[in-house]
Amino acid sequence: MTIEHRTYADLTTPDTSRMVEQVTTQHERVAGRLVAVKACVAVMSGKGGVGKSLTSAALAAAAAMRGLDAGLLDADLVGPTAARMSGVEASGLVVREDGVRPARSPAGVRVMSMELLLEDGAPLAWKEPDSESFVWRGAQERSALREFLADVEWGALDLLVVDLPPGTQRLIDLHELLPRLDGVVVITIPSGASEGAVARSLRLAGDREIPILGVVENMAGYACPGCGETQALFPGDAGARLAEAHGAPLLGRVPFDPEAAALAEVGDLATLVARTRAGHAIGELAASLIEALGRAA
Amino acid sequence: MKFLCVECDQQMIFEQRQLPGDGTLAAAFRCPQCERIVAMLTNPMETQLVSSLGIKIGGSEVPGQPLELVRSSVTSGREDAFEDQPDISPAGPRAESTDEGARRAASVVWSLAAVERLEGVPRFVRGMVKRIYTDYAKEHGISEITPAVMDRARSDLGLEGM
Repeated sequence: MTIEHRTYADLTTPDTSRMVEQVTTQHERVAGRLVAVKACVAVMSGKGGVGKSLTSAALAAAAAMRGLDAGLLDADLVGPTAARMSGVEASGLVVREDGVRPARSPAGVRVMSMELLLEDGAPLAWKEPDSESFVWRGAQERSALREFLADVEWGALDLLVVDLPPGTQRLIDLHELLPRLDGVVVITIPSGASEGAVARSLRLAGDREIPILGVVENMAGYACPGCGETQALFPGDAGARLAEAHGAPLLGRVPFDPEAAALAEVGDLATLVARTRAGHAIGELAASLIEALGRAA
Repeated sequence: MKFLCVECDQQMIFEQRQLPGDGTLAAAFRCPQCERIVAMLTNPMETQLVSSLGIKIGGSEVPGQPLELVRSSVTSGREDAFEDQPDISPAGPRAESTDEGARRAASVVWSLAAVERLEGVPRFVRGMVKRIYTDYAKEHGISEITPAVMDRARSDLGLEGM
């Protein structure tokens, strides 16, 4: 026997469980927090290990060194590295009535990362039921990202760089959470394998009508500290090919630079940007990005 | 989420949320016509799914706290991750503080037993829990927070593990 009754859409009285209202409030809070952020840019790649986090952190540092108010949000909750690379130590983020003050790096970048919250060496672990974590884990991470956007006192920023983890899901989360995502910078290495994976990310950004601000080819040669020459490291020219295929500019080619890697290891991005060949390339990348954002504004 | 009393053809009204402390949740809805009450019961996984969205069925009695979901859900957080202001003492917050949180907390005093119990909460989340209890006390016109008040707030607000 079929029980006849009205459906959800037939009921015109508001939802008294107040769940929809709370979700709306969450979105309003993100929008309110970021109202003084002039540009929000996601740095992404479909592939891991291409140097995305270092590029993100150095990009934010380079922007700050050019006089911009810059922020860096590490959206890689499971493998966060932005704080360490930025030279920020985990100790006592100040919690106030309406928000948490972000850490400030030596280069002047406001930084928020799960790395600042976790015990040294500990994985991100959630209070959880014994099983079926796959059902809620994605929602939990998305909510954590929302809180990093909404509850951190970002203040007035010229540029907020969001370092996304490998893959594409977090870009979707970010795009849905933000009132406005000004664009993505996509990182690849020269190889064909990277090209294939990164192409999927570019396709996703295009499908969602997110502006593609440009492609960066990282590890584009080896900057030898001995002879001073840059030698080939990976075969291929994925950066140029991806940029052409997707109608996006090739923002820069950044060599693998042992000196830069050593400085990132100790969180000295100011020196990295100012004195290394990789840093100079990232500085030029920052200039190109700022110019592109200026044109888009 | 809406509940319909099919017999009366009336949308039911949210009445009450209960979190017994075992990871489950009960939300009661009442028919405004026949007064029948039904309860929606969720298992721990379903409860967690709702919680993961950062929402509470029926809403919340007290204001949300910064990074509330992260602080209340992460179990691998470092002890010194946050510096919550103001510090608490049995006599209340520091008198010289001009922090808004201190002014808000000024009319609420913590009993020694309540302070001792609060000190058992991991530092990663302790400051936030303290603010939530303080807000709860203010909301209910309670001037002194005792373990009994904490028990009530914990049950009313669903502060499992806090």
